[in-house]
Amino acid sequence: MNNSRRKVYADARTALEGLLFDGMTIMSGGFGACGIADLCIGEIRRRQVRDLTVISNNCGGEYADRPGEGFGLWVLLKDRLVRRAISSYIGTNRTFEQQHLNRDIELELVPQGTLAERIRAGGAGIAGFYTRTGVGTVVAEGKEHKEFNGKTCVLETGLVADLSIVKAWKADPEGNLVYRKTARNFNPMMATAGRVTVAEVEQIVEPGELDPDGIHTPGIFVQRLFQGAAVKIVEHRTTRPRGKA
Amino acid sequence: MPWSREQMAARAAREIHDGYYVNLGIGIPTLVANYVPPDVHVVLHSENGMLGVGPFPYEDEVDPDLINAGKQTVTELPTSSYFSSADSFGMIRGGHIDLAILGAMEVAENGDLANWMIPGQRVKGIGGAMDLVAGVKRVVVIMDQCARNGEPKLLRRCSLPLTGQGVVNRVITNMGVFDVTPRGFELIELAPGVNVTDVEKNTAATVITAAAIFRGPA
Repeated sequence: MNNSRRKVYADARTALEGLLFDGMTIMSGGFGACGIADLCIGEIRRRQVRDLTVISNNCGGEYADRPGEGFGLWVLLKDRLVRRAISSYIGTNRTFEQQHLNRDIELELVPQGTLAERIRAGGAGIAGFYTRTGVGTVVAEGKEHKEFNGKTCVLETGLVADLSIVKAWKADPEGNLVYRKTARNFNPMMATAGRVTVAEVEQIVEPGELDPDGIHTPGIFVQRLFQGAAVKIVEHRTTRPRGKA
Repeated sequence: MPWSREQMAARAAREIHDGYYVNLGIGIPTLVANYVPPDVHVVLHSENGMLGVGPFPYEDEVDPDLINAGKQTVTELPTSSYFSSADSFGMIRGGHIDLAILGAMEVAENGDLANWMIPGQRVKGIGGAMDLVAGVKRVVVIMDQCARNGEPKLLRRCSLPLTGQGVVNRVITNMGVFDVTPRGFELIELAPGVNVTDVEKNTAATVITAAAIFRGPA
């Protein structure tokens, strides 16, 4: 059998087969509802994997007009599958809030740029780095400080995960990925920081169809991929009327 | 008459100079883009991974893959670029962004800023605020002089958890414009009909008045 499609799976269920276990750490790409691997999240929910640590900029959200329904990691929160979240912004997420108040869920709030860099560092084999972000605030409490060129910086550590789930626009069978517009966000770094990375892509194209100069994530970072597209969500539909500059 | 939200945004637009790369926060700061004169070339940065943020789309142009940091749908310009969150915050942390304009709950006369949480209230998160104030070359705050309960927001020291220490350069309120200086808040502009006594009454910090106070357009 030609092994060139060895990374390509039929769907989220088969792509995640054998990778999920209770107590695992999962990195989940996306910014708000933009660029999230929704089909992977749905499969994790279906499998009811428990005591998860999730690393993600946000923790999903609840629809403003449909209480009791939500998107992204919110569906895992709803089923109480998440024990700990490492995120920069929770926003209006009553399910998270309630579980946090009840101490059912632990939250590590990280400045967004520090989160991005911690993931980048983790994937690049950098144990830690010093940054000025957060110095003098609660996020720097208890962390090592050091002065560089007269500026105080705080030590932040790299992050890795048992599994990263990322969302891409196009891929080839080698796992080379291209993201679309602002749906890129945290996906490229997370792809590098997962012990195993599963990519959910809108379109798997034939070898040669992607420009090697235009690859965002080289296939070395992607172990499994499948084609599938969940309905894309718009959180805040802001528009302007026609006829106005 | 103190400035309205729109007038504060218009005043803040004068902080933007030709060729600037600018990050605008959520709320009144977002309105600032509407007041940049056409002859001033500015590139708007959105920390979720975009330079060259365009206006809101027409209804038939809405693209779920194209949003700003406030998660609002936006459009791209002919020279826009997209990049990862790590690159985006590299621009911020690396000092490549000229100016950030953001809202605040409190600003202290030493330049400390509090704009992310109120103890006892729901915590929404930090987002990119701590990175922005620590990394951007110049930080301008737009906020009302007083909170809804009438308490001044310009203080000797912040009472709320900080976003950054000694990070604010200038504050634009509905009453005037203040520079953060080693001697305290220096009042450099007044909204029309507002006098220095009004400002002092609504500030809980040292206010020094500039030699020549500019009185803004009505």
